[in-house]
Amino acid sequence: MFFDNDPVLLSRILTYLTLGFHAIFATIGVGIPMMIAIAEWMGIKRKDPHYTLLARRWARGFVITVAIGVVTGTAIGLQLSLLWPNFMQTAGHTIGLPMFMEVFAFFFEAIFLGIYLYTWDRFKTKMRHFLLVIPVVIGATASAFFITTVNAFMNMPQGFEIVDGVVTSANPLEAMFNPATPTKISHVIITCYLTAAFVLGAIAAVKILRGNKSVYHKKALHLTMLTGAVFAISTAIIGDFSGKYLHEYQPEKLAAAEWHFETETEAPLILGGILTEDNEVQYALEIPYALSILAGFAPDTEVIGLNEFPEDELPPLFIHYFFDLMVFIGMYLAAVSTLFVVMNWKKNWNPFNKPLMMMIAAGAPLSILAIEAGWIFTEVGRQPWILNGIMRTSEAATSSEQVGLMLILFAGLYLVLGVTCAGVLRKMFKQNPVEREMHKRKIDNYEV
Amino acid sequence: MTYEVLGITVLWLFLYGYLIVASVDFGAGFFSYYSKRTNKNHVIHSIIQRYLSPVWEVTNVFLVFFFIGIVGFFPDTAYYYGTALLVPGSVAIILLAIRGSYYAFATYGAKESRFYDFLYGATGLLIPASLTTVLTISEGGYIRVENGNVEMLYGELFTSLYSWGVVGLAIVSVLFISAAFLTYYAARAKDEEALSLLRKYALSWAFPSIIMGIVVFLLLGRRNPVHFNSMLDLWWMFVISFIAFAAATWLIWKKRNYGIAFILVMVQYFAAFFAYGASHLPYLLYPYLTIYDGFTNETMAIALITAFIGGLLLLVPSLYLLMRLFLFDAEYVEGRR
Ligand code: HDD
Ligand code: HEM
Ligand code: HEM
Repeated sequence: MFFDNDPVLLSRILTYLTLGFHAIFATIGVGIPMMIAIAEWMGIKRKDPHYTLLARRWARGFVITVAIGVVTGTAIGLQLSLLWPNFMQTAGHTIGLPMFMEVFAFFFEAIFLGIYLYTWDRFKTKMRHFLLVIPVVIGATASAFFITTVNAFMNMPQGFEIVDGVVTSANPLEAMFNPATPTKISHVIITCYLTAAFVLGAIAAVKILRGNKSVYHKKALHLTMLTGAVFAISTAIIGDFSGKYLHEYQPEKLAAAEWHFETETEAPLILGGILTEDNEVQYALEIPYALSILAGFAPDTEVIGLNEFPEDELPPLFIHYFFDLMVFIGMYLAAVSTLFVVMNWKKNWNPFNKPLMMMIAAGAPLSILAIEAGWIFTEVGRQPWILNGIMRTSEAATSSEQVGLMLILFAGLYLVLGVTCAGVLRKMFKQNPVEREMHKRKIDNYEV
Repeated sequence: MTYEVLGITVLWLFLYGYLIVASVDFGAGFFSYYSKRTNKNHVIHSIIQRYLSPVWEVTNVFLVFFFIGIVGFFPDTAYYYGTALLVPGSVAIILLAIRGSYYAFATYGAKESRFYDFLYGATGLLIPASLTTVLTISEGGYIRVENGNVEMLYGELFTSLYSWGVVGLAIVSVLFISAAFLTYYAARAKDEEALSLLRKYALSWAFPSIIMGIVVFLLLGRRNPVHFNSMLDLWWMFVISFIAFAAATWLIWKKRNYGIAFILVMVQYFAAFFAYGASHLPYLLYPYLTIYDGFTNETMAIALITAFIGGLLLLVPSLYLLMRLFLFDAEYVEGRR
């Protein structure tokens, strides 16, 4: 066969596929409740039915994406045991706790989401219905929190000892709150919010590009870009701290991301470029001192180079491109949203001009691309380890012969799910355009 | 009670919770499809929609809870079951995925579609069938462990009378539990037409379910005599189960107290399920794995149990709210909201 049926390789591909697919819907699933809550809150505070309608319509679309988040999440949860039994056997002793708590968080979210969706007009005050979205936001964010501590643990395993291959004196809290946890969690959660803001903003931008002048879309854009700017700038700041974390605890990942071979101070940051056979960097853009500053605030920070590490413990060097892609998109999103906010704030400028709308519309696929690039960077950058420094990925996989067949089945499943999801969302909003809904609910639809 | 027993009891409770809520959901899917095919759809469709729409995600979490929890409490199960169950586990995931997402698609998104309905109905029976494989192989004899490699014996699984018996039991139980619940729900909704149809379904699946229960019980005697004998020690639990079954069926037959009838059905399955589980102990996977050799360390056990209690304090009031709004709110149930 093409892959000569290597369970390790096939398990990696299947994990990658499932997580890569789940990540899209999970990210949206964490981010959108936050945006719904903000919109509903604005609707109540400003007594503005347009914002309430935004919350309502976003929630309706959210149901579809969350369904895929749940089913792919169920898949990855079970696949961790099916494909990586040895990993789960070892790691279960320490990280079972956050995984267990994650399920509680889902549970909590799922209950209130059910209530929230079906009780729009059931309470006397609007405030009471708003209160129901709070547990949804908390549940979604808490589940991201808990599962990301698991991933942080894989990068910085601690809180246990291994004696003769058996885990002893485990301390689950120490395992959860390891050095990777603060930057990892804050970066993951804030990028979820950022992506949600851009995905929702892009919908409005596309409507405006198609000539729709309704105030509804303009308010949507205003809300998403203002919050988007805040999230994007926070993302960049937290991302900077993630770099400092890597410098401190996983220098080989940072060095691989930056093709940094010699340990030195005043290290430059390398953007793009290619690597020749004998590890020369060519055609790259170099920003002097920037890598040293990313690693430790000051140009005289010494950044450890790849040459210090044994050859068989180095991650693949192509992660450089994924790191660059993520950072580039981060800058782009911050610039676009800030530009919109500034133009909106200045009296005589028209923030709804065509080029800016196109740039915002591009932000949705780009932010999802950044999520994928970020995960690939951090996960592939941890290779060859599944538990950094403790267990190799090749030791963790199943020995089953049937992984290849499962890979084909799941690939088919994700394809069908992805295509139907897009189709259903389109149909759902086409059949019930916002104009008609405003008319039905007797909300003013004026053009500005 | 040792931590091991406490842990497995907590997990077993969740599995029981899943058994009930998922059976209601799976069976409803089948009835919905079946009644559509026989042109009685208008009668029960809206009942099913109104109950299931708000809760399907909650149902799924019960299952996730169980399989994440068991790896937390008993990490070695990941090794044995994880390796052996790759194929049946994956098939179950795919079916669950199709069901969950298409349920959302059909309910919130698109127009009526025969194909969606078919998927929804068919997965309702196939998922319980594939999930019960786990219980079947736990009896031993379906797995081979050779120099550290765990291998599933598919030939043995597919030709064994016991394994097919369990599948049959699962399917009829799903239909019986579901019909009993929906009968109660239709009665609350004061929907006479739906009530009479669902009551008929409940009565026609009652006897198959008890007969399959007895058949599987006897087949187990040949399959795993050790387990069978400790089940006989717990005979009184099976007696409770049977009495609850008889009383429930009698109430439904007499057209009264459907709510109590459904609670009795829950008692019936609770008693049988716990008697089965308790007599299975100490084995998680006969004869390789017991709750004592796969157990996590003590700190972790305490942490998990603490998390579990904290979680329950959060969840029970929320679940109560959910039920109050959708199950016990007469106006909602009757479709006036
Ligand atoms: C919209 C998505 C997005 C955007 C715009 C950025 N990131 Fe990011 N980044 C992620 C999405 C992401 C992520 C998907 O959330 C990752 C993958 C794993 C993780 O912990 O977060 C991540 C990881 C990640 C890591 C690795 C952490 C680790 O391995 O422990 C670093 C150093 C950065 N990011 C730095 C940045 C910088 C300096 C950015 C500049 C603006 C940036 N990220 C923008
Ligand atoms: C949701 C976003 C995530 C994505 C897109 C992602 C991506 C990846 C990728 C690309 C790999 C393959 C690396 C390689 O084989 O070279 C991988 C491996 C893995 N990741 Fe992640 N990851 C994500 C989050 C997580 C989290 C939160 C966990 C912890 C529970 C996790 C657990 C694993 C495991 C067990 C492997 C298998 C070992 C391996 O192949 O490296 N991942 N992931
Ligand atoms: C950083 C990456 C991830 C994020 C942000 C994330 C977040 C989410 C979200 C928002 C959902 C939807 C749940 C709901 O709304 O009820 C979900 C589902 C789920 N995720 Fe992930 N997830 C990530 C990675 C993972 C990984 C690696 C696992 C494997 C252990 C996992 C396990 C699950 C499970 C089991 C579900 C389904 C829960 C249910 O049935 O309700 N997730 N996840």
